[in-house]
Amino acid sequence: MNWTAIADYLPLYEKAAVLTVKLGVLGIFFAIIIGLICAVIQYYHIPVLKTIAGFYIELSRNTPLLIQLFFIYYGLPKVGISISPSVCGVSGLAFLGGSYMAEAFRSGLEAIEPIQTESAYSLGMSRIQTMRYVILPQAFSISVPAFMANVIFLLKETSVFSAVSLMDLMFTAKDLIGLYYKTTECLFLLVVFYLIILLPVSLLGSLLERRLKYAKPGA
Amino acid sequence: MAENLLKIEHLVKKYEDNTILNDISFNVKQGEVIVIVGPSGCGKSTLLRCINALEPIQGGHIYLKDDEVKAGGANLAKLRQRIGMVFQSYELFPHLTVIENITLAPMKVQKRAREEVEKEAEALLKRVGLLEKKNYYPRELSGGQKQRVAIVRALCMHPEILLFDEVTAALDPEMVREVLDVIVDLAAEGKTMMIVTHEMQFAKAIADRVIFIDSGSIVEEGAPEAFFESPKTERAKKFLQTFTFEDVSKRRAAASDSISASE
Repeated sequence: MNWTAIADYLPLYEKAAVLTVKLGVLGIFFAIIIGLICAVIQYYHIPVLKTIAGFYIELSRNTPLLIQLFFIYYGLPKVGISISPSVCGVSGLAFLGGSYMAEAFRSGLEAIEPIQTESAYSLGMSRIQTMRYVILPQAFSISVPAFMANVIFLLKETSVFSAVSLMDLMFTAKDLIGLYYKTTECLFLLVVFYLIILLPVSLLGSLLERRLKYAKPGA
Repeated sequence: MAENLLKIEHLVKKYEDNTILNDISFNVKQGEVIVIVGPSGCGKSTLLRCINALEPIQGGHIYLKDDEVKAGGANLAKLRQRIGMVFQSYELFPHLTVIENITLAPMKVQKRAREEVEKEAEALLKRVGLLEKKNYYPRELSGGQKQRVAIVRALCMHPEILLFDEVTAALDPEMVREVLDVIVDLAAEGKTMMIVTHEMQFAKAIADRVIFIDSGSIVEEGAPEAFFESPKTERAKKFLQTFTFEDVSKRRAAASDSISASE
């Protein structure tokens, strides 16, 4: 192992890691919003929207992120919409993650007994208040394991971003290998940086699960 | 004469072709305690759920004072604030502490100030002997304690009428009493209540009027003494007999007689 080379590459990896995290976090944020909307639509069986959400979920889950990114990156300019690689990365990740998040939230929502809703209604709460204060907090704590697994999965999926010339970790590693042929060092750094990003997320997940143990149903 | 608080006129409830409640009519006066008894599956709980519009009805009308209670009605959330409901399975919100369970609806629905609601909640918790549990989560409480919290939660909305749906049916016998005592206390205070229960001794003690429902219709209704001591209908007699064990003692006595005779 050539440690001088590693020291040289470090700043490049740092920059790439920051970009990876930035785009990853943004993409996941939008994925959560899309997922929440789809899950609530399906939970309430809202006509038409329910069909659209179902179609989107199947399309998004059953196609690879790389293909989705190509569609956005090369397809959209053909119909006159040109977007930057960053926007493409974020929207691709949100498109993919939305369906995974929707499924995680839906399983949480469906685990809540309907009589909890009735109990909230009988206190005079509106549909929205019931969803916000009674159902979602409980559903979310049930979804936490699936939710955290999705976050980790989506952060790892950012490695596909290199395909649309985003200078993320994967791109940097491939680039440096191409330039200097120090394959071992470059791949070693790649693994280390992904671990640095993902290990804290895993830890946060188990912490969250422990904190939310009271919120589980059956009380 | 006290005015009618709740009016139920020709209520019909059906699930598809299956009629659950058929032409139910009665009034509840201000301050009255109505106990509804009847065999399992007769529609008692469904009746309470209709009054709260948790079940849509297929015929008739329900009025709380002058306002019609109707599933899908525009002012339904407002009306439900005036009707308190306590469920058999408590239905506390498991992710909130006792005090948060009680203060959530008054704060979010009635927009009352946290301080004021908490003060009232604490006073009510003290009354039911649970003040020291205010920061506990529901899963840390016994069934009887949870049910008392559920009653306090309903009370804190200042409802005009309280509906109790078999609130002791899921409790261990030892915990039944602590919950019933709270209800007795509320009756003494003059609260208007409708209680569905299988506790016949309790029904007899607390009711101003008993309504006996069988197969979706009111079979008999009257003062508790009259109903429990000398029911008018055969159906009510038969129903009440299932709660006494005189027959059993007689049968045992007869059996031991015949054994001693043969010896």
